[in-house]
Amino acid sequence: MIKFFKLKPSVGLLSIPYSLIFIFFFFIPLLLTFVISFWDYNEYSIIPDLILENYSYIFKDCFNFDKEMCVTFKTYLSTLIFCFITWFFTLIIGFFVAYFLAFYVNSITWQIALFLLCTIPFWTSNVIRMISWIPLLGRNGLVNDFLVSTGLVDAPQEWLLYSGFSIVLAFIHLYTLFMIVPIFNSMMRIDKSIIEAAYDNGANGLQILWNVIIPLCKPGIVIGSIFVITVVMGDFITIGIMGGQQIPSIGKIIYVEMSYLQLPAAAANAVILLALTLLIIWIMTKMIDIRKEL
Amino acid sequence: MIKKLTRRKMLKTSTAALGAVAGAGLLKGFPAIHAADAPVIRYLGTAVNMGDAVQKKLFDDTGIKVKFIVKTTDEVTKTIFTQPNSFDIVDSEYFSMPKLVPSGNLLGMDTKRIKEWDNVTSAFTKGEVAGKKIGDQGTAPKKVMYLKGPESKEFSSEPTQYVTLIPTVYNADTLGIRPDLIKRPISSWAELLNPEFKGKASILNIPSIGIMDAAMVVEAMGEYKYPDKGNMSKEEIDLTMKIFTEAKKSGQFRAFWSDFNESVNLMASGEVVIQSMWSPAITAVRTKGIPCVYQPLKEGYRAWAAGFGLPSTTKGRQADICYEFINWYLSGWVGAYLNRQGYYSAVIPTAKKYMEAYEWDYWMMGKPATSDIMSPEGKKLASKGEVRDGGSYEARMGAVACWNATMDENKYMVRKWNEMIAS
Repeated sequence: MIKFFKLKPSVGLLSIPYSLIFIFFFFIPLLLTFVISFWDYNEYSIIPDLILENYSYIFKDCFNFDKEMCVTFKTYLSTLIFCFITWFFTLIIGFFVAYFLAFYVNSITWQIALFLLCTIPFWTSNVIRMISWIPLLGRNGLVNDFLVSTGLVDAPQEWLLYSGFSIVLAFIHLYTLFMIVPIFNSMMRIDKSIIEAAYDNGANGLQILWNVIIPLCKPGIVIGSIFVITVVMGDFITIGIMGGQQIPSIGKIIYVEMSYLQLPAAAANAVILLALTLLIIWIMTKMIDIRKEL
Repeated sequence: MIKKLTRRKMLKTSTAALGAVAGAGLLKGFPAIHAADAPVIRYLGTAVNMGDAVQKKLFDDTGIKVKFIVKTTDEVTKTIFTQPNSFDIVDSEYFSMPKLVPSGNLLGMDTKRIKEWDNVTSAFTKGEVAGKKIGDQGTAPKKVMYLKGPESKEFSSEPTQYVTLIPTVYNADTLGIRPDLIKRPISSWAELLNPEFKGKASILNIPSIGIMDAAMVVEAMGEYKYPDKGNMSKEEIDLTMKIFTEAKKSGQFRAFWSDFNESVNLMASGEVVIQSMWSPAITAVRTKGIPCVYQPLKEGYRAWAAGFGLPSTTKGRQADICYEFINWYLSGWVGAYLNRQGYYSAVIPTAKKYMEAYEWDYWMMGKPATSDIMSPEGKKLASKGEVRDGGSYEARMGAVACWNATMDENKYMVRKWNEMIAS
């Protein structure tokens, strides 16, 4: 103990408050979730036990490939597809917005002002934001009015709202900021003299972007990707409202199970969702060692 | 209505904080608030029927103040299980009783302490309206009304002195339609799956209520006649969900809704022209000036009923205050307030005293309005000459086919419902 404090007194002490918060409000609840996922339950209580039924129930019929794909696989597949599309577009848009902010906007005031502009989607409540899509994308909405009146289409387009398209649109609209911030942060750390050196050595703009800026932004890209992927994996409100409640999400299944007090079943689903999300993050950190890059 | 609901959302956050403070007080034994002049009760419920006007009137009449702990129906049930000492009184629904009563977290309510008990409508106590039996499929209130004793965890089939909930409000639900967009009469639940409304129909995504609407549709289509829609077997659940899964796959539904406001928006925007709906949502669409009808259907209504219960932790003076509150609630003023919103009060004679004759004729007797009908907030709901959708109390409540329910196969049903959503 003495040696510990002798070595790094400040570090040891400073880490205590955060460690305690982490243990009490993250680690213990997570452990409980894991434990309860093996418990039994009835209509109004949970019963300590060690059963695998909550898990086997989730994967019931999943390995019978003659039949249609099971609900669990279907739900995860759809969530993963949303995840990938959202990740792809938020990355592209987020990267270029960050690039513009970092390299083309020179005054700090303007950078702050433009950053605030990016946060506008977060100024209103989630529900109001979602409901506001109806007058825009709905059957009698602005977009359809425009398309029909200009003769581009004959009848209002139904796929604009309550579809995979509207879900992805809402996700991109919401979560691009999560990409912009860490990528911008990485870009601001790039020593300008490196770019000048590349330029002096005859690299063109595209080469500088590809060989200098992108590699140096990798930590920002990975952190942003982790944000976006974890948020989309666990989402059920956006998928619910923008998908007209007709498109499944794991979050919604967990939510329904919790409202019917099927807590162990919800816990089992949560454990699987967590495991899958961690797996994705693990693969990403294998590709890029964030610690080293930072 | 919209205004009221927005305010409620705000209430939600502030009352959550208040509830937490009150809860903290309770941990140290009973809070000191009784010593102060104004008695306070912590009210857990959806509070859809408790506007500002009710609280003000309550305080003026009795000096009792209410602290709201506002939650959705499912969360109210969850709170009774998990935090039974976080509230003094709960506003719950009868269909939750089969789940709640065996837990022992609710006290039997003593009917001898309720002044108007003998005037509680027979729809609750006997399952009759105007002397005629009404539909009792599902968790009809009379099935889960009486307890064997004050602390019993079992239902009694015979009337006793102790009841699970003191009834307050109830209604008969049906489909809402946009008559201006449908342009023809609708008379059956089967129309929900009529291909004519492909991509323009909706149903609510709350499994325990959605399944009942689905069952009404399946039966109306002549696909199957359930022995009890409110307590389906696994095969019956499979059958019901198969029909709805096929409809969903063929694009019948524009959306499902799970939040009151969503149903209002779907209807008001014209995205949907026929859907399951609740009566205040119809009112909300209409007060925007958009025609919307709570369509009576020949197969009858799906009814629900709510009432007040006390958790087993509410005792002594706090329980006295709660009984005083309930007696005030049933004494007529609130009853009239509820009736004017299109709900029904559990004690009808007292409510009548507080309603104008023309209001009574419109809301309860199903007669054409002799003057404009206003909501309690003063918004116009119907013009002179209009008749209430579905007509009189006896016509509407008398045509109840089933009640919101908790099934024995609840777990299986929820899973199958999720499968339909995922399909």
